This record gives sequence, structure tokens and C-alpha cells, in this order.
Amino acid sequence: MRDLVQYSIEGLGDIYRAREATVREVVQAYLDSIEAREPRIKAFLQVLAEDALAKASELDVKGHDGRPLFGVPVAIKDNLCTRGISTTCASKILEGYRPPYDATVVERLRSAGAVIIGKTNLDEFAMGSSCENSAFQITHNPWNEAYAPGGSSGGSAAAVAADMALASLGSDTGGSIRQPASLCGVVGLKGTYGRVSRYGLVAFASSLDQIGPFARDVRDCALVMEAIAGHDERDATTIPTPAPDLHGKLERGFEGMRVAVSADLEKWEMDPSVREIAARTVDDLAGDSVPVDRVTLPGMETSIATYYILANAEASSNLARYDGVRYGLRSNSDSLLEMYERTRGEGFGDEVKRRILLGTYVLSSGYYDAYYAKAQQVKALICAQFEELFRKCDLILLPTSPTPAFRLGERLEDPIAMYLSDIFTTPANIAGLPAISIPAELSPEGLPIGMQLIAGWGEEAKLMRGAFGLERMYRFREQHVLGPKAGRERHGGR
Amino acid sequence: MAAVEFETVIGLEVHAQLVTKSKVFCSCPAVYGGEPNAQTCPVCLGLPGALPVLNEEAVSMAILMGLATGCRIAPRSVFARKNYFYPDCPKNYQISMYDKPLCEEGRLEFELDGEIHGVALERIHLEEDAGKLIHAEEGGSLVDFNRCGVPLIEIVSKPEIRSPEEASRYLVSLRQVLRYLGICDGNMEEGSLRCDVNISLRRPGEPLGTKTEIKNLNSFKAVEMGIRFEIERQAGVLRSGGRIEQVTNLWDSGQKKLLTMRSKEYAHDYRYFPEPDLLPLDVDGAWIEKMRGALPELPLAREKRFREKYNLPAYDAGVLCAERGLADYYETVVSAGSDPKLAAHWVMREILEEIKSGAESEGASAPAMRAVESSVSDAFAFRAPVAAGRLAELIALVSGGVISNSAGREIFKEMVRTAESPDTIREKLNLTQVSGAKELEQWVADVIAESPDEVARYRGGKTQLLGFFVGQVMKKSAGKANPKLAGEIVKKMLEG
Repeated sequence: MRDLVQYSIEGLGDIYRAREATVREVVQAYLDSIEAREPRIKAFLQVLAEDALAKASELDVKGHDGRPLFGVPVAIKDNLCTRGISTTCASKILEGYRPPYDATVVERLRSAGAVIIGKTNLDEFAMGSSCENSAFQITHNPWNEAYAPGGSSGGSAAAVAADMALASLGSDTGGSIRQPASLCGVVGLKGTYGRVSRYGLVAFASSLDQIGPFARDVRDCALVMEAIAGHDERDATTIPTPAPDLHGKLERGFEGMRVAVSADLEKWEMDPSVREIAARTVDDLAGDSVPVDRVTLPGMETSIATYYILANAEASSNLARYDGVRYGLRSNSDSLLEMYERTRGEGFGDEVKRRILLGTYVLSSGYYDAYYAKAQQVKALICAQFEELFRKCDLILLPTSPTPAFRLGERLEDPIAMYLSDIFTTPANIAGLPAISIPAELSPEGLPIGMQLIAGWGEEAKLMRGAFGLERMYRFREQHVLGPKAGRERHGGR
Repeated sequence: MAAVEFETVIGLEVHAQLVTKSKVFCSCPAVYGGEPNAQTCPVCLGLPGALPVLNEEAVSMAILMGLATGCRIAPRSVFARKNYFYPDCPKNYQISMYDKPLCEEGRLEFELDGEIHGVALERIHLEEDAGKLIHAEEGGSLVDFNRCGVPLIEIVSKPEIRSPEEASRYLVSLRQVLRYLGICDGNMEEGSLRCDVNISLRRPGEPLGTKTEIKNLNSFKAVEMGIRFEIERQAGVLRSGGRIEQVTNLWDSGQKKLLTMRSKEYAHDYRYFPEPDLLPLDVDGAWIEKMRGALPELPLAREKRFREKYNLPAYDAGVLCAERGLADYYETVVSAGSDPKLAAHWVMREILEEIKSGAESEGASAPAMRAVESSVSDAFAFRAPVAAGRLAELIALVSGGVISNSAGREIFKEMVRTAESPDTIREKLNLTQVSGAKELEQWVADVIAESPDEVARYRGGKTQLLGFFVGQVMKKSAGKANPKLAGEIVKKMLEG
């Protein structure tokens, strides 16, 4: 039998139904994989081996009941609440905190039959692009351990890339799913703002945060997204419709769709290997008779600034609740004010403090209009420009990250350089649009490079078709992960 | 009176807890009391990841208050976060409204010294209440989040109030309207109605002076006294050439004095910004019209109607319209056929007295009872000691001359005790009025024989003693004698 950790979601379903493997065996295979690779990758803050095996046995007793994620081992970013299971946001201030409830997405994964295998590392409170801002550990890129996995959902990306989970959930506020997906060579999807309930996602920037899946390929990604998406009455900002069908029409790829690309991509600083794959993709699409328009992409000049004002402003308020009064860390002190100051001083890391300070500043009386109000205006403008653009095309194609993975430590001392690595991802957050990163090619150093697609508001189905089209074109997994032969076999297995 | 030295400028911010079934952003019950922290969930505890969802019932109630005070209801209003650190506020921000409130530009009218006064309202907005801090005897503080997330409306007046009396009247009539609408029980001691005062003085013709704030005013009396104290304090400072500092005063209800907080302690920058977890609140015309249809007749209009339709004096109309339930009760008695004036007399004299003495004998246990009952409608129910129909029957017996007034009162007491019909009690107690000449003459003759001194004085010209003789007859007849006829017989026998 093939290695159990190599099956896709539908492939697993087939072997479960054919009784060729039990859920317990599959979960055990993933736990073995974790045991082998985790000591060097450090993707997990917590591996839930016992829970996962118990759940697997429970599923085995029932047998496959047709649920879409039956027996699928999934890892969860540690800013998603899991009832009775510590949820830390990789922050000392929440060390040991065990929520009394499951996030909606966790509930939905469980009810779809998934097995939660562990909680993954992140930049503290999802603030960062390298996973190095975790208070507990540094996660390493499975493609080269000297490199960062990206962030903030670096643990979730690395777990999938290293076959330590079949799929995983991350959260994306300014690129925190797509950028690590790109750097780790996996698929990462952020839906339309409001597509997935944020109930139980520990908030960073409420108006931008979206939960989304990581997977090895587009089809698995679509299946996980279908399971977690859809209206939730506990999140007033969710779109009031059920989850759309995302996997049914993948095979149609780019059929009938127009793609827009930047007319002036050369303007933006990026690694030559990224530039090259971007250009080649455009040529290949044209070669496949996909209409490609060169346009001015909205928000390229303004998104980063807008993002860091809005996100930090909201963060400064969202993170005010960590004060030592009710849960989490409390530093000893003689007065209330001192308790606040010491708890927050000792509990938060530098990057979190930096963002709270920036956010507090931009909301302060006398500065609000110059920063926050102005940023809201720019946001409205960017939204309008995207809307205009999507009247003429279906998808936008651009790189996910200007560079492949960077070395651990390389950007720690330069927050601005770190912030600028979000240049291609933040526009979709500002405009609330669905976007996905698909692994495209390896750099000369052997590090993955992802390409990104953005679709119009609510158009995840188109987005996934385009992503599938790119996946079929790049054949990244077949060429660089499994080898050509194994790849065919895997597809045949569906 | 000498020329006014200072003009007082007062504005009130009133917080009223709404009696919704559940809290404003979660489904926890919103009732007062309960084991500490028993009425909480991840949302009202502000746990990481929890999100607010708006309770539309609270919006409906806020709209009702807006319409009752003639406000413009905003088609789109926006919730905002008010950021401040305090342990009774679990998110360390309060969800409130800031630059786009639900209701704007209203007016509250009320009577003051026999004239209609109006105070303009700046705004009414919806927000969440905070928890309660309890400072433990053994040191340290405890916090109860049961109240956290209970819906509040904040009603902000324009600075148009000029005296402590006017402030107090404004608050009384605001409370009356809230209770008429059935949206707030107005209990200031339990904190379901709270009042903060902004106050400044100026010499006539000068621009507005620096204002100070008084918080913690937990009774109408406290509002009046607190304002009086602060006016005196500010006037003293200004007279001696000093400058008013922008401070916050806390009313100490035990010591009946103001405690001034250092201004720095309250120098907040709340960093308001739109609440990203909630959509803007859109209120369409249909919603507004639905609430307009639910508006009851308001106190001022009802008092006017009572004066005109039932020909009642202003005082009586005011008393009867103080509570919607009482006014409803009165009108039920009238519609059952009672003469409006007699009905007013009986409701004010007997019913209200009975309720008052009942409340006094219940004593200290009353608030505890309320906490246990805790049902929303109970807060507004007018619990009459006698059903309106029964009272109308009693009034009919009296006005028809079947029983005397005093027998009527006796029967009333029995009705309260037994809930039997007045006729049954009348028969049981044998209280039918005696109007027969023979029996009356006998009683009068007996009384005359027993009171030689009074008879002499009466005959000497002290005819006011007639009442004395009638009273004696009533006593002798155990209240059954027809007093009018008895009086005539006394006259006849003494003068004839």
C-alpha cells in the first residue's frame, strides 16, 4: 500500500469506504510523520495525539458515513478557539488559556468528520510574516530548515508541506495564509470577507481577518473551504448565504474567463525568479488561449499604508482585553494600573506592542482624521477600483510574495522590510476579496514560489477554477514533491 | 428679588436599562439579580474570539423612546467602540454609538409650576452596560458580569435646564415616559435608571462657563441636592475670582455630599471608532411605522384628556396619569359605568392609600421579592387591590344610596381582604343603608337624650354641631344610617 499520508481527501474517502485503511491507521501515519519531522520543523504548539486517535477510533466504529471530511486529519492555527484545549495565539499573555467553546470553523470541521490533530504555531496574535514572532518557538520551512515558513500562519503551512496534516486552517489579515502557502509550496485560500465565520477566531483586525484552508492541492482546498464556509448567525459580518459549491466545476479551469495582470509589474521590487515565473505564467495562459488584459492593479501604492493603519487601530482595541483581570497571564502588583502595565508589559512581545502603540496613536484624538478616517477613505477608493476592474475581467493574476522564503532572522531587525513583503497580498484584504496562492515553481535555491489569483466579491467558485487551471499548468506537486510517476498515480486514484 | 448673579446651565445624561428578554449582543437573560456571573457567556464576558450580535428588540425599544420624544430616527446609525480600561468592562471597550446615533434632535415636555416646559434632546443612542465591581471586605475586588451587556439607552439633553427643580422634573417625566412605553422600569436604586449631570454657571450675557460633571446620582433627591451643592460651590469659586476646573464629582449618597475627583483621573481619550464586528444599523420606514403604531398615549396628552373628558382638576389628572397602569385602571372603572369624579375619588382615596399602606407593611422584603419575580411585565403591572369592575359595583352602591359612604369604605376593606363582591359583603355585614324614618328617628332621639350639653349649645346658636349629632347617629347605627336623612331629622327635632 502507498504511504497513507499521501492520499488526497477524496482518495482517503475511497480507501475508507473500501476498508483498505482505518481512520486510526491514517491518523497514526500522520502522527508518525509528526514524530519524524516535527522536531526540526516545529510547526505545532500542541499535538493532540490522544484526542485524535480517540476520535479516529470513534469514526472507525461508525464507518464512512458520507461526510465530506470523514477521517481527514487537520491542523488548526492556535488563534482558533478549541473547547478545553489551550489556545494561546503564540503569546505568553494567553499561555494556558483554555476556551470554553469551539470556534464555528472548528465545530464545522468536526461535524464534517475531520480529526483535529494539533494546534499550529503562528506569529504572536497573527502579527508577522515569518512566524518568528511566536513567544514559544520558531517554525522552520520544510523545504529548507534555515528558512522561514512565512507567516503569520507559518505553522499551518509547514504542517501541510511536511505531510504532518492533510490540510490545515490559518487566518489571513494581510496575507497570513497566502504568503506562507507561497513560501511553503502549498495551496492557501482566503475567502471573501464574511465568507467564513470569525466566531472563535481570536481577533487581530476584525474588518480584515478571514479564516481559510491550506491544502496540498486545489481540490482538497475547495473541499475544506466548503466545510467551513457559509453564514453563521454568531458572526454578524458573515455573508447570509450557505457555502458555495467550489469543487464541482474545477475541471473547467479558465474556460470562459478573462484574466487581468499588472501592466507595470516591473515597477515593483521582487526576486528575479518571482518575476520570471510571473511572466512565464502570462505567456502560458496566452498560449492556452486565455484572454489576458494588462491593467493598473488597484491599491498597489496604498494598500500597505492603509492596511497598517486600519489593522493596528483595530488590534489596539481588540487586544485591550488581555489585562490580567479574568484569564491568561496576571503579573503581581500593588495597584490596578500597575497590574495592567506589568501584565501587558510582560505578556506581549515586541511586535505586538509596536502595533498596539501604532494603533493607539492613529485613533487618538487629533490624529483620527489624518490616519484612521483617511485610511477608511482610501479603502473605499480601492474597493471601488476593484469593482470597476472586475466588470471587465474575472480574475487578477499576480505573485503572492515578492520573494521566495527568506532566511530565519534575516528580516527581524527591519520591520519595514517585513511589512513590505505583504505588498501583493494586502489589496485583497483591504477590498475584502477572495484570493488564493498556488505553488508554481522552485527558485534556483530550491524554494517554492507561489502565484496568486484574486477574484471579485463572492466569486470563490471562479477563483477555484482558475486556481485549478494554474495547478494543471504548473504541475508543481507532480514535478517537485511526488515525482512525475507518483503524481499520475495519485490523480488516477481519485 | 435682586438681579440674577449667575445663570445655571445644566445638561443631563440619563442611562436607562431596557427590559429586553436577552442582553443587547448575546442571548443571556437581561434580568436584574441572579447568582454573580451566572448570566454570562463568551460574548458578554468578552472572551477571545467571541462576537456581538445585535438584539433587535433593544433597537425597537430605543426607537420607541425616540418617537415618544419626537426624535429623528436615523435610517443608518453606527455602533462604535469606546475604549477605556476598567475591570467592570471585560473587553476594555464598550460598544456604544458615537457620531451616528440612532435618534437625534428630540424634545421632552413636562409640566413645571403649572406650565408646559420643553427640554431639547441632543440624542438617544443604544449601548451595552458594564459589570459591577464589588470591593470585598477582606481586601481585593470582585466583579459580577451579570449586568454586562444589558442594553442601555443613553438620553442626552441639550444644556437647556436652568434649575435643580427643572432637572428633577425633567428626570421624573423622563422616567414616566420610559415606564409608559414599558421599556425601562426606572428603578434608580437598583441602577436601572442612572443620571449624570453637566453643570456650569455664567454671568448673564456671558459665554458658557467651564462645566463640571456629577456622577452617581441615584435618586431624584440626589439629583436636586447634588446640583444645588455644585451651583453653590461654583458660585463660591467665581465670586472669589477663581476659575472653574473641569472636574468630575461623585455623589456620596450616604454622607449627602460631593466628592471631587482629580481632573486627571477622568481625562480620557476614548479613541472611538466604528465597531467592525457589527454592521451599520439600518432602520427602514416600515420598522419606524411599526414602532409608531405601538406608541401608547403619553402622560402629558393623557392628563390633558383626563381634565377635559372627565372634568378632573389638574392635580387629580396628574395623580391618575402618573403610571400608565393606574390610568388604565381608572378608565376601566369609569367605563364600567362609574361617575368619573366619584371614580377619581375612590381610586385616589382608597386604592392608592391601600397600595401605599400595603407597600409599607411589606417593608424591606419588597426589593428582594422583585428580584425573584424578575419577569419583564411585572415591572409595569399595576397591581390593584380590588378589580376595576368590583370597584365600579361598589361606587354604584354608594351613589345609588344603597349604602353610606362610610359603609362603602368598610366594604372596600373587606373586598381587599376577601375579594368578594361588594353586594355579598354588604349582606354579610348587614350594611344596607337605613333610610326608614322610624328607625332614624329612634336613633336621633337616643342621641339627643344622651347629649344634653350639645343640645343646649346647638339651641344656643351653635348650629355647626349638626355634624356632631349626625356622627353620633352613624356610630349608633353602626354606619348604616343614611347621613343625609339623619341630618334632616336632627334639624327637625332640635329646631322644630
